[in-house]
Amino acid sequence: MMIAIIDYGMGNLHSVSKALERLGHTCIITSDPDEIECASGVILPGVGAFGDAMRELEARGLVAAIKKAALGGKPLLGICLGMQLLFTSSDEHGLHQGLNLLPGHVVKFTGDYRIPHMGWNWLSFKFPHPLFRGLEEGHVYFVHSFHVKAANPEDVIATTDYHQPVTAIINRNQIYGMQFHPEKSGKLGLGLLDRFARIANQGVHV
Amino acid sequence: MLTKRIIPCLDVKDGRVVKGVSFNHLRDAGDPVALAAQYDREQADELVFLDISATVEGRKTMLHVVERAAAELTIPFTVGGGISSVEEMTALLRAGADKVSINTSAVLNPDLITEGAARFGNQCIVVAIDAKYDDEWRDWVVYTHGGRQKTDMRAVDWAQEAVARGAGEILLTSMDRDGHKNGFDVPLLDQICQSVNVPVIASGGAGETAHFVEVFVKTDAAAALAASVFHFRELTICEVKQALVEKGVEVRC
Repeated sequence: MMIAIIDYGMGNLHSVSKALERLGHTCIITSDPDEIECASGVILPGVGAFGDAMRELEARGLVAAIKKAALGGKPLLGICLGMQLLFTSSDEHGLHQGLNLLPGHVVKFTGDYRIPHMGWNWLSFKFPHPLFRGLEEGHVYFVHSFHVKAANPEDVIATTDYHQPVTAIINRNQIYGMQFHPEKSGKLGLGLLDRFARIANQGVHV
Repeated sequence: MLTKRIIPCLDVKDGRVVKGVSFNHLRDAGDPVALAAQYDREQADELVFLDISATVEGRKTMLHVVERAAAELTIPFTVGGGISSVEEMTALLRAGADKVSINTSAVLNPDLITEGAARFGNQCIVVAIDAKYDDEWRDWVVYTHGGRQKTDMRAVDWAQEAVARGAGEILLTSMDRDGHKNGFDVPLLDQICQSVNVPVIASGGAGETAHFVEVFVKTDAAAALAASVFHFRELTICEVKQALVEKGVEVRC
């Protein structure tokens, strides 16, 4: 039972892997499609620009591996930019196509307020969900200038408020995404990461 | 609603916390990671490690501190002090830092902001500004080299340029207030907060809980940073947050 954390040169893999280890889960940092195929769950982290990230994934032959895993029902968790990549497209520095595993578009925050949305904000669960089992709503750490507009509102299972409702957690089938950083969000963040890892390792009904 | 952040700052030299600390119950109060983990447990929202090592060896040691911090902390942290190249940023971010803070090196080479932001995203690049009021200029002026060298830039102009170049956050220290424990520099913070649209961290002058209340009530600062008041246990994070809650300022508890 191993969680594969995808290394494509973007982002803070160390913190995610250490958080999982602390929670007692085995994980591997990898850019090898075969290791992704063998894993019980896959985490796609990411910090940086959307277009760069897609280019790096493609250059490493990882787009096909991620799609295969997700479409084959393997639990997949995108974190921060990694969540945004799961959607159809993004406006970040020009229009870029994403992995298109879920329908929706990534747009920039615009308005008379501070950007990036940076800091601890309240996570509201929209309805009971296996991911939330044993957890209560609380603050988690966000840092982003773009946010997801999901085409299917029911794919959004938790939101936060930053001058508008902001997509915070998405889920459909075995595809999950968190806009905030669960590995940097105290107990609640670790709890959510733990739930995902348990779902990946033991099935959704754990 | 986005909460206001409370950020302890740890000065680290050759891998050790420099300013004496009075955490008696910590087995090793000189270990920055042990101290940071304690602040994490006490609900600090974020941490800043300022590396004041003067040697190459000391800087290498800092990388190990960052790796250990990333493994232990459940909150984000920024590393600053002497970073003057994208390569150094890369090393620190790969070791697990969430953000890097640049000060003098950004003034000397503003392209460092642009390059860092392009490479890692604006949210990773904090520009730290040390500012002091100048009676002749009738405005705040930027100082570099740990406050030893005066520049010919107004703080407000530099803050705006830094943001235009990609700074995702401004860490603003008032040299007039730093170490005096008589409150944050509200006029300076107000000026900078109103002139940029990224989060501004208030630094310099924290002495009591009322100072934190004041800075969040009177300015649009996103966060407040302090060092010695926390290290010497004159204030705890919890006391500060309690005072803020009582005055209706939203914090993470």
